[in-house]
Amino acid sequence: MELLDFARGTALAIAFAVFVAGTLWRLAGVLLLPRIRDFSPAREGAPPAMLGAVRAVLRRMWPRKEFVQATMFATINSYVFHIGLALVVFGLAPHILFIRNLTGLAWPALPSNLVFGIGVITLAALVGALARRLVHPVLRLLSHTGDYLSWLMTVLPVITGLLATSHLGARYETLLAVHILSVAALLVWFPFGKLMHAVLFAFSRGATGMRFSHRGVNV
Amino acid sequence: MPEAMLLGDLLRQMGISRRAFLKYASYMASLMALPPSVAGVMADGLAKARRQAVIWLSLQECTGCTESLTRSFSPSLEDLIFDFISLDYHHTLQAASGEAAEAARRQSMRENRGKYLVVVDGSVPTADGGVYSVIAGRTNMDMLAETVEHAAAVIAVGTCASFGGLPQADPNPTGAVAITKLVSGKPVINIPGCPPMPQAMAGTITHFLSFGTLPELDALQRPRAFFGETIHDRCYRRSFYERGMFAKSFDDEGARQGWCLYELGCKGPVTYNACASLKWNGGVSFPIQSGHGCIGCSEPRFWDRGGLYRPLSAGTTDVGKVIGIAAAAGAALGAGAAALARQRRASTSAKEA
Repeated sequence: MELLDFARGTALAIAFAVFVAGTLWRLAGVLLLPRIRDFSPAREGAPPAMLGAVRAVLRRMWPRKEFVQATMFATINSYVFHIGLALVVFGLAPHILFIRNLTGLAWPALPSNLVFGIGVITLAALVGALARRLVHPVLRLLSHTGDYLSWLMTVLPVITGLLATSHLGARYETLLAVHILSVAALLVWFPFGKLMHAVLFAFSRGATGMRFSHRGVNV
Repeated sequence: MPEAMLLGDLLRQMGISRRAFLKYASYMASLMALPPSVAGVMADGLAKARRQAVIWLSLQECTGCTESLTRSFSPSLEDLIFDFISLDYHHTLQAASGEAAEAARRQSMRENRGKYLVVVDGSVPTADGGVYSVIAGRTNMDMLAETVEHAAAVIAVGTCASFGGLPQADPNPTGAVAITKLVSGKPVINIPGCPPMPQAMAGTITHFLSFGTLPELDALQRPRAFFGETIHDRCYRRSFYERGMFAKSFDDEGARQGWCLYELGCKGPVTYNACASLKWNGGVSFPIQSGHGCIGCSEPRFWDRGGLYRPLSAGTTDVGKVIGIAAAAGAALGAGAAALARQRRASTSAKEA
């Protein structure tokens, strides 16, 4: 139980501190940067800047039709594990209790067995994402240690969570402790790797949308 | 009763048949997860056993352990005390008091040197020279050291004796410690629980009487037979846990339907004890069956592990303040980095101009 005590106490407290400080550091650092002003007049019929930003965020949820075929697997696989992760994180009763303890917010849980099934599918999709990264010649060249670390930090809580839920491989308190520690590791790594896209994607996509819509281009 | 009398002879004198004795041995063997063939060996061992001298020390405790054990059902401590063992010293149960009681303890230690068992309930206060619990003018530390010196083995009964228990809870003003912290060079067996299960106590002594050894223990020196599985493993509400059906409060519809108490802070998944299989009061019920989650009382530091009603999956520390400080620090760092970038840009523009 000592490991579980450490995981539920000190480890989570440190992880949250690093996660919050790191995320705000990067976010404030990006958002407060001096902007390059565009003095050119907006193209006739160009939407307001904010609308252009929101449109780009929404439109880029799916690839342009020219690229659909080429990116079909990556797109669908990514949707599978992103939605899967969201359902697992926000749908399992013990996770809701964790969030309720932090924020006071709670909502009805999904059946545990259903979430377990979603977790298995999510894990398969994450393995698929890694396989693609390793097999695809261009993607493989572009990948660096940080990318693999981000994958590992994402997949570990899924694996350990599945083991803890099914009480497989070790005593429950050890499995639960390892699961919580893996979540703590994810939180610590989050601001420093590409996992930060969970926060930054809207800003980067929106900024691109603003610039291009000003010039009358739909991205 | 002559000390030299064999237990088998004693039971025959009391009119207990061989059949009843074998039945008891079979029950005990199955309780301790021993193979069925061991029942006969256990019965023979018990029949040949001489009355076991036991000295029971009640230290920094609430007498709940003794209450639990003496009010248990068969095979009960009464059976053991009055039929199997010679309880030479026990504050609550013995007739003698004062100096006579202390003399009985010393006499037993002298006459059974190297053979007697010491049973301890309660933790031992060590702060300020151990003055917070004193018996007959002697500190618990002192009396324990003297009593265990020539004991065959020590049995720590209850969570206080096994792990420090409530007296050791933060801030532990009396410096309470478990028996294992103070006893070395002797086999020590822990039978934790607040209170402990009487069957675990009876089973351990029966094993010792039958085979002359202590049963197999886990990493926390608890008998595996009784502490080998979690409450959750044997809980009749487990199916609701698997289906994700949890009571949200102690009086909601889920609670009435007997749904899992995980959300109400049940510690069953991380608590090793036999409550869910053997149950209490002669197999009538156990806490979860009565509608309350397991509080994990047979685990070390159960009182200081984030609260009895906090769900297991929730963190144990209040991270609100930590997050607040971290947020301020992170925002300040980010703003500082952006300000530096602005400064660099301004100086670059000035040079270009």
